[in-house]
Amino acid sequence: MQFDPMIPIWLQVATRIKQEIVTGTRPPGSKLPGGRDLAVAYGINPNTAARIYQELESEGVCYTQRGRGTFVTESSERIDLLRQEMARNAVRRFLGEIAPLALSREVLVEMIEKEADSLAQK
Amino acid sequence: MLKSNQVTRRFGNFTAVDHVTMTLEPGHVYAMLGPNGSGKTTWMKMASGLMKPTEGEITFRGEVIGVNSRRHITYMSTEPFFYSWMTIRDVGKYYADFFDDFSPAVFDGLLTEMELSPEMKTRSLSSGMAAKLKIAATLARDADIYILDEPFNGIDLLARDEIRRAILRRAEPEKMLILSSHLVEEMEAVADIAIFMHKGKLIELRDLEEMRQRDGISMADRYRQIYGHVEVDAQ
Repeated sequence: MQFDPMIPIWLQVATRIKQEIVTGTRPPGSKLPGGRDLAVAYGINPNTAARIYQELESEGVCYTQRGRGTFVTESSERIDLLRQEMARNAVRRFLGEIAPLALSREVLVEMIEKEADSLAQK
Repeated sequence: MLKSNQVTRRFGNFTAVDHVTMTLEPGHVYAMLGPNGSGKTTWMKMASGLMKPTEGEITFRGEVIGVNSRRHITYMSTEPFFYSWMTIRDVGKYYADFFDDFSPAVFDGLLTEMELSPEMKTRSLSSGMAAKLKIAATLARDADIYILDEPFNGIDLLARDEIRRAILRRAEPEKMLILSSHLVEEMEAVADIAIFMHKGKLIELRDLEEMRQRDGISMADRYRQIYGHVEVDAQ
């Protein structure tokens, strides 16, 4: 994984893990690698790796069982919520990027629909 | 904890390390950074007990660093240090004889991970392979402090990934790692604290994730800020 060194690395890896949870690459209730293994796998500092699980846990996206490890939440509601959060963030990033082009809302919606149609045909 | 208290080293009129005071803790990977002649290697040699400060002292767990500290501290210099007749297996034996905490099993594991064969003669190794062997021999010890001078120098991209993994596997909570490198980008994700040195002086210690979060800058950005600025000042 390539990192943007100007953005906290824990945030970049946490985002990647969330994507994997939302897409089902890491299914509900599945075991996540231990902190040390996570550090080695991503080539990151172990303290950074520990921080990732702290954050994911505080958001209720995963939980730790003492002596057994860290697991993806089993709550499909929480995962749906995560999907919505990530989608909303993606839409906001997109809107932020396209804002300087000053398109009207109608043109913008029309373009999105057209692109979505052509993607669906592929 | 490793304490550097007003540590100074002079060579004749030249001051290589100038009153460096800092406290380093276990559980961290420190990146020691600065242009050539910043005093990084000299400080590392003093912290390893290979050289004595002219003034000040370095202590580990309250004891002044000296010959006995080599049981706790392992140092990897930039120079190769193997006899050319040795095979990689001989290097392991040589280390095992020298250091009680050297683990042949860990050494073998590191060789496998870094794709080095024990039968190879050290004189036939490419510079990248020799560098990996140095890393394996150093990390196979069960020390409290690992001081690695330029572990990524002259090594291709793929071998750097292998070395990074080997280093991270050793970064246990009770151990301390201090790495120097000119390849600042290589160290961004591996280190959690940067030690910026310039002309023998300590400029600052920075928590890297905190710096990214608060200031939105990378270690390389901070490096440019410090040394770009300092160079202009000096002219």
